[in-house]
Amino acid sequence: MITMRNVHKSFGAQKVLDGLDLDIPDGKITAIIGPSGEGKSVLLKHLIGLLQPDSGSVEVDGESIIDLRRTELNRIREKFGMLFQNVALFDSMTVFENVAFPLEEKTSLSKEEIRGKVLSALEDVGLKNIEQKFPDELSGGMKKRVGLARAVVLNPKIILFDEPTTGLDPIIKRAIHQLIKDTHAKFGFTAVIVTHEIPDIFDVAQNVAMLFRGKILQHGTPDDIINSTDPAIRQFISGSLDGPIQMV
Amino acid sequence: MLGTAVALSLIRELGPVLTALMVTGRAGSAITAEIGIMRITEQIDALETMALDPFKYLVSPKFIAAMISLPLLCAIFDVIGIYGGWLVGVKLLGVNPGAYFYEMENSVVWRDVYSGFVKSFSFGLIIAWIGCYKGYYAGHGAEGVSKATTESVVLTSVIILVWDYFLTSVLL
Repeated sequence: MITMRNVHKSFGAQKVLDGLDLDIPDGKITAIIGPSGEGKSVLLKHLIGLLQPDSGSVEVDGESIIDLRRTELNRIREKFGMLFQNVALFDSMTVFENVAFPLEEKTSLSKEEIRGKVLSALEDVGLKNIEQKFPDELSGGMKKRVGLARAVVLNPKIILFDEPTTGLDPIIKRAIHQLIKDTHAKFGFTAVIVTHEIPDIFDVAQNVAMLFRGKILQHGTPDDIINSTDPAIRQFISGSLDGPIQMV
Repeated sequence: MLGTAVALSLIRELGPVLTALMVTGRAGSAITAEIGIMRITEQIDALETMALDPFKYLVSPKFIAAMISLPLLCAIFDVIGIYGGWLVGVKLLGVNPGAYFYEMENSVVWRDVYSGFVKSFSFGLIIAWIGCYKGYYAGHGAEGVSKATTESVVLTSVIILVWDYFLTSVLL
């Protein structure tokens, strides 16, 4: 369980999180939706300690991750895998080396065992015979899938996805969503997905939270959100220009 | 006097300083650019999310490499410089070859070599330190990395010259 309580975060004069409360249940797929620039990625980075809140608390399995020493924070981070918005593959390493890297650094497996795990992780995400390619030789969808393989290869308890399907064509988008569902069914991790993919995400997530003006407006099942009477949620789901969400 | 002048100027000053300035242009800029690009493309964040320490994986190898390579490159610079002096002095200008090396052997003492070594070692530290720092805290986008690289080379070059002045006053 990840709990955020009364989290505030500002960058200069810009207030991004304003007293945010959120509970992320274990073993489920939780989607964070909300307009662009509302701080969804900032929220995600707070969960893994890449950003520290100005005030408030963030707890992972009952342990606070605020102001920890690096070794303590790393112990908690070992529970996590993360797929970045821009994938953040190591661009001077091949696909194989990228996926093998966490295994080489965090386990004492032999080279053959690592090779087996890497190839099986790549196969799980539908990639074959690209192990020796570099990230800049791959398409956007392939990079996302390599990033997904790297995020799941250590079998983490919690995986954070930062806009896993932004900028992809509808078929690859559907394929990535299916992959997340399948890998979740297989490994049972806790997933947090930051996304704009309405309505696709309602098929993937078991919980949906809407972030607006630095707070969680509503958190519930996909049906709760679809049937919400909140004007901002209704506007966001329908994509209407009229409503409380204003284009800047 | 040619042997003495060539050996002392190279071993005490020109060798360490010119080597450091060349390495700054060649490797200091590369260190900043590499770490800066990793920073802006979230590769450093990716390392952190894997519970790995970016200082251990990115910064410390560059410090070790710079501290080992600078003294070695400086030694190569000195040897080639001395043979360059021999080529011009002895082969082109007709200085006696025995005198060239004899003067050198008489005038260079261990302290000169030691001070050159200490200088190159500390210049290695400066190059890695500024290169990594500027890259790690690079600004946004390609322009941020380009600015960081320029600042890294300029600042490192200036600090090397200033630090050389202090070391020369202390060591000689």
